[in-house]
Amino acid sequence: MSASGAYAAAVLRRRLLMLAPLGVAVAGGAAFWTMLNRMQVGKFDPHDIGNPMLGKPIPDFNLPGLGSAAGFSSADLRAAAAKQPVVLNFFASYCIPCAEEAEMLDALKQQGVQIWGIAWEDDPAKTADFLSRYGNPFTRVASDRSGTTFINFGLYGVPESFVIGSTGHIAWHLAGPISPEIAEKGLFPALRRATS
Amino acid sequence: MIPELGNFALALAVSLAFVQAVIGIWAAHRRDMRLMAATPGLAVGQLLALIGAALALVYASVHDDFSVINVAENSAIAKPLLYKITGTWGNHEGSILLWGLILGICGGLVAAFGRNLPSALRSRVLGVLGGTSAGFLLFCLTTSNPFLRDFPAPHDGRGMNPLLQDPGLAFHPPILYMGYVGFAVPFAFAVAALLEGRIDAAWGRWVRPWALTSWCFLTCGIAMGSWWAYYELGWGGYWFWDPVENASLMPWLTGTALVHSAIVVEKRESLKIWTVLLAIGTFSLSLSGTFLVRSGILNSVHAFANDPARGIFILGLLGLVIGGALLLFALRAPLLKSGGVFAPVSREGALVLNNILLCSICAVVIVGTMYPPFADLLLGQKISVGAPFFNATVLPLAIPVFAAMAVGPLLPWKRGRLWPLVVHAWWAALAATIVAGVCAIGMKVLPALAFGAATWLILGSFAEVVERTLLFRAPVANSVRRARGLPVAVLGAAIAHAGMGVTIAGIAGMSLASNKIVEAKPGETFSVGGYQWTLLSVQNGEGSNYTSRIANIEVMKNGVPYAIMHPSRRNFVSQGQTTSDVAIRTNLMQDLYAVLGDEKGDSAVLRLHVNPLAPWIWLGAVVMAAGGALSLADRRLRVGAPSRLRNVVPA
Repeated sequence: MSASGAYAAAVLRRRLLMLAPLGVAVAGGAAFWTMLNRMQVGKFDPHDIGNPMLGKPIPDFNLPGLGSAAGFSSADLRAAAAKQPVVLNFFASYCIPCAEEAEMLDALKQQGVQIWGIAWEDDPAKTADFLSRYGNPFTRVASDRSGTTFINFGLYGVPESFVIGSTGHIAWHLAGPISPEIAEKGLFPALRRATS
Repeated sequence: MIPELGNFALALAVSLAFVQAVIGIWAAHRRDMRLMAATPGLAVGQLLALIGAALALVYASVHDDFSVINVAENSAIAKPLLYKITGTWGNHEGSILLWGLILGICGGLVAAFGRNLPSALRSRVLGVLGGTSAGFLLFCLTTSNPFLRDFPAPHDGRGMNPLLQDPGLAFHPPILYMGYVGFAVPFAFAVAALLEGRIDAAWGRWVRPWALTSWCFLTCGIAMGSWWAYYELGWGGYWFWDPVENASLMPWLTGTALVHSAIVVEKRESLKIWTVLLAIGTFSLSLSGTFLVRSGILNSVHAFANDPARGIFILGLLGLVIGGALLLFALRAPLLKSGGVFAPVSREGALVLNNILLCSICAVVIVGTMYPPFADLLLGQKISVGAPFFNATVLPLAIPVFAAMAVGPLLPWKRGRLWPLVVHAWWAALAATIVAGVCAIGMKVLPALAFGAATWLILGSFAEVVERTLLFRAPVANSVRRARGLPVAVLGAAIAHAGMGVTIAGIAGMSLASNKIVEAKPGETFSVGGYQWTLLSVQNGEGSNYTSRIANIEVMKNGVPYAIMHPSRRNFVSQGQTTSDVAIRTNLMQDLYAVLGDEKGDSAVLRLHVNPLAPWIWLGAVVMAAGGALSLADRRLRVGAPSRLRNVVPA
């Protein structure tokens, strides 16, 4: 390549380099624009954490209960869900949002919702203490001390809740405590769908 | 009536800003001296109109004019007067108005203090500021108008978010915004320089004070935000890598880089293109930060009213301001002539290293903050990025920054050698090694290293001062005389760098914090962090617009009473919201920190923390800002200041 050609190439490189910041900004702006547009029509919700197990059958597990009490297995859960949809709630005694959620779960139980609980990486004695303090809304409670079931369910933290439908599939998922609004807009419709 | 005047003033400000933009840039282009002379007047007029608008909103809030929707939604009769005033900027509409007001103040200051700027440059700078201002004021007027009315007016307002009813947070937005918006001035200078196609040392000298002032405010603003999270949220943490926090950290990082690279432009006429890009980038990050957190794209605990429709308007505006500036950069920057050359080991080289590292940290923070929504959009995957990512990525980049920032100022311009650094800073390195070694005996590796780094920074930062005053080597009188002759900026830099060391010591101390969550009955005693905490009682209390439950906790050390603490839970009746009021007892070396949780029967949940060196985190930020302010006082920064007469004989 001739000297002038090399010079021209260097100038071009320099010009392209100076264009790079604009390119980054344009790409970022286009992405944000798409996000905002989709948010407006409800096709994109960055606040929804999601769950990889949604729509899939529940993973197999067999967990002990608290102390001498019986726990439950995935088969028990499937059998129960075949009759009436089950809300499966993961919680822990050290989790403050779980304590806040306790009242709501109690209210759901009063309304006839069937709730099963799994305590995540928690000392069974402390779990029992938690349930005696904040009330026990659960039809059955199991203890996942190793956290394996927690991982198989694809959880991020506690509390998280699932709706298990009559076919034993996960019909609905929520990360975080259930609020009255979420119950109204998300949980109840999901339970109705799972029943029909 | 008054709100209508406010609305009118806001509309007037929009018009003046538009005129300022058009005349400022057109007049400079046509070299029309008379028109150029008109721009400062327009900037001052815009500022006065904005002050009028802001005062009108404060008036409506103080007089409980609930026919104004903004006041009805965010204020209430029972709200204390201070919060009626500060509450005007505690909501979306009011904060946008405050944003515009501060931008107006920046324009007014450039108009007032820019008399010695070349008139074409001043005209262009004011034009760019006016254009930016016009866009955001139009946004305020059309989509976020704080003066909208609603009839019939409600009898009482809904009251503000109780979390915001706090003196620290009341003054947080103005200070933070002064930081964010202040970077509009270096931005305007950068765009003006691109329009002119010329940058020289004088440009660097004008830009640096503005960048430095904004940097000082931003430093204080971030520290205040972190302090507020510490004592108001009651989670015992001070930094959560939350998108809103990251949004303020990103411009701080590039702003820090800008403050340093502007020195190189000023002293050596080098790094010009890079500095222009940093000036544009810093303001762009400020803009994106303040506005994208309101669009609802980013997931944050610090909630502002999220509205995707507003987001589109803002995005268009950002595209115009940022995209326009970067397009101009792409077209004009290749034409800028670069000046002085330098060796890799030199003051310039050290500052380039500083810039690379700071910008890398910023890039990491951007990736961590933006990855979740982008992964969701492009890959359909739900991912959350949290503290572990940031800690693992920021730390390795921060270590070389800390290592270099203490000794960088010792290097000479153009070409230097590494050996003199060892000669001049060995004592700081030795002290740091000893501190790290001693700490390593009693604690984990990371905090020990951090204490070593803090020692290194606090001592090493003063190596240049020690060197230039010949401290301990020359007679004391000689050193004092030399210290007097030392440029204030040298001292300012040393103090600011040492401030970073103080903050690191605080962060290291916080990593050794101990805490316990207990369920306590009155009379029960718990031991946390070498103190015995006894819950004496829980009683009722009442504030002007809330009721509360107050715990009385006695803290003893080795059987000797040390403190009585009163954490409480406030129940704000009008919002039906509960907040916890943390009790903090500090002696500057450590904080005792107590939070009252839920009560069940006669027992109460208490969270008890002992946080060593916690106050140093924010103290360090104040020291950094003070160093920056001291550096601003250096008369060399004041362009055109007459040189001091020596040996003046008193008359």
